[in-house]
Amino acid sequence: MGFDKFGRKSFTGVTKTAKFVDLLAEGKIEGTVCKQCGAKYFPPRSDCAACLSKDMEWFEMPKKGTLETFTIAYYAPFGFEKDCPYTMGVADFSDNLKLFARLAGDIKPEDVKVGMNVSIRPLKYDDGQMSFEITKA
Amino acid sequence: MARNAVILAGGQCKWGVREAHLVDLFQEAAKACLDDVPTLKPKDIDGLIVATSYAGRCSFQVNTAPVIAERCGLKPTSICTRCDTLCAGGSTGIILAMGLVQAGAADIVMVAGGEKLYTPQRWEVFYSELASVDHDWDGVHGMGLPPPFFALTAQEHMMHYGSKKEDFAAVSVANYNYAATNPVAQMQKLLTMEEAMAAPIVVPPLTLYDCCPITDGAAACIITTDEIARKFTDRPLVYLRGTAQVCLNSVSANFPGAHLADWKHTRIAAEKAYKRAKVSASDIKVAQTHDCFTISEVIEVEELGFCKKGEGGAFCSSKQIEIGGKVPVNTDGGLLAVGHPFGATGIRQGVEIMKQLQGRARHQVKDADIGLTHNLSGANAEHTILIYGREPVK
Ligand SMILES: [Zn+2]
Repeated sequence: MGFDKFGRKSFTGVTKTAKFVDLLAEGKIEGTVCKQCGAKYFPPRSDCAACLSKDMEWFEMPKKGTLETFTIAYYAPFGFEKDCPYTMGVADFSDNLKLFARLAGDIKPEDVKVGMNVSIRPLKYDDGQMSFEITKA
Repeated sequence: MARNAVILAGGQCKWGVREAHLVDLFQEAAKACLDDVPTLKPKDIDGLIVATSYAGRCSFQVNTAPVIAERCGLKPTSICTRCDTLCAGGSTGIILAMGLVQAGAADIVMVAGGEKLYTPQRWEVFYSELASVDHDWDGVHGMGLPPPFFALTAQEHMMHYGSKKEDFAAVSVANYNYAATNPVAQMQKLLTMEEAMAAPIVVPPLTLYDCCPITDGAAACIITTDEIARKFTDRPLVYLRGTAQVCLNSVSANFPGAHLADWKHTRIAAEKAYKRAKVSASDIKVAQTHDCFTISEVIEVEELGFCKKGEGGAFCSSKQIEIGGKVPVNTDGGLLAVGHPFGATGIRQGVEIMKQLQGRARHQVKDADIGLTHNLSGANAEHTILIYGREPVK
């Protein structure tokens, strides 16, 4: 699968980390870890920013995190208007691993609290686009 | 012997919704800049640095520098290039020009910045917003437009430090009132506290006057050495004393502060710039900070050291940012009221500081001898600070 399948809207067709989408299709949300220096990356990077090695492998993201911050989009950039309102947030999985994503639609905005326990799961939109979302723990 | 860089001249065209091409705006700005020091002619200028980010997208023009050089009657022989750091583009151009003239690689450089954002497809600019963040990992989820991000920043500031909606309103009132008599500002109206508090909601807690407008416009300035500047002007010289540009992250999840109202990268930029300029926060007599939203100015006066961390709201609402206050901020009206054509903003700020330090600003700060400009760019991913003074750094 090409990287154009990733995201509510995609902006990039070709990237060295396109395997991320294949893993999503298998139900896995994975980052990359450097086999030389051990640095972990999410979003996944094809080469290490710490030691510039290209010797990387995939690892599955932890499932237990906390919500560090969030915001609600009442209006949206072009291409996203029909999704409004939607909540986006940053989840912290410790070990220097944080990710930005939307919160699952079944979490009511009034129930969202900074510091709440959260998890992540893959997501497939109606048009076949693949992504991941933050869920209640 | 090291050469000292100064800002010699500057000006901007009328900002707002303009029936004009991007290059038309640059030409008007170049004229305003040259009119500021009439002895300076296009033939004297040997370098051009252009700052624009949306030219490729909104004006279908890349490699903009030669196009603008020709329209402005310039024939550069030392540098002719473009830089793109979005909201800090103009400041980046000034830093680059400073380095070139200090090193002797250029003598007289025009730094010109501008954007044409209103197009026949009026909201084309909103498509491009998704290119202003890391589109693969932030944009794909629908994060593009700045208001939600800064609304959240405001909420966190209220939660952690107890700032109030009235504090934010005080910033918009101050900046609008500075711009009310500025003929080139996009917004030229007096604003009352009552109007600011009653404005329609954009994203809670931010309302209409908390947000800067979308703006067409351009600005230009001249960076040269003190010795060369003396041949063209008898005005006091305004030196570039020290600068910093700090980037610690790109994707929003890696924001460096403890929370969104904790701007660690601004603090580091301020520390580096003060050190290079051999000044401290208490030496700054006037500042132009990046008030893309009122909350930005509230946090900036804290992180720049004008008041204690967490006290920015009270600092702004107690009139410390106004003439007669501790540090008058955005004395020409700032982004909120003059407008924000991204690449032009840092130049507009530098020109206002130049005028303040020469004693010829519209809202003059008494005895201003050290001034500062600040920009943030992208999704709060980068901070740029320039410090100007009446004396060179020794
Ligand atoms: Zn490594």
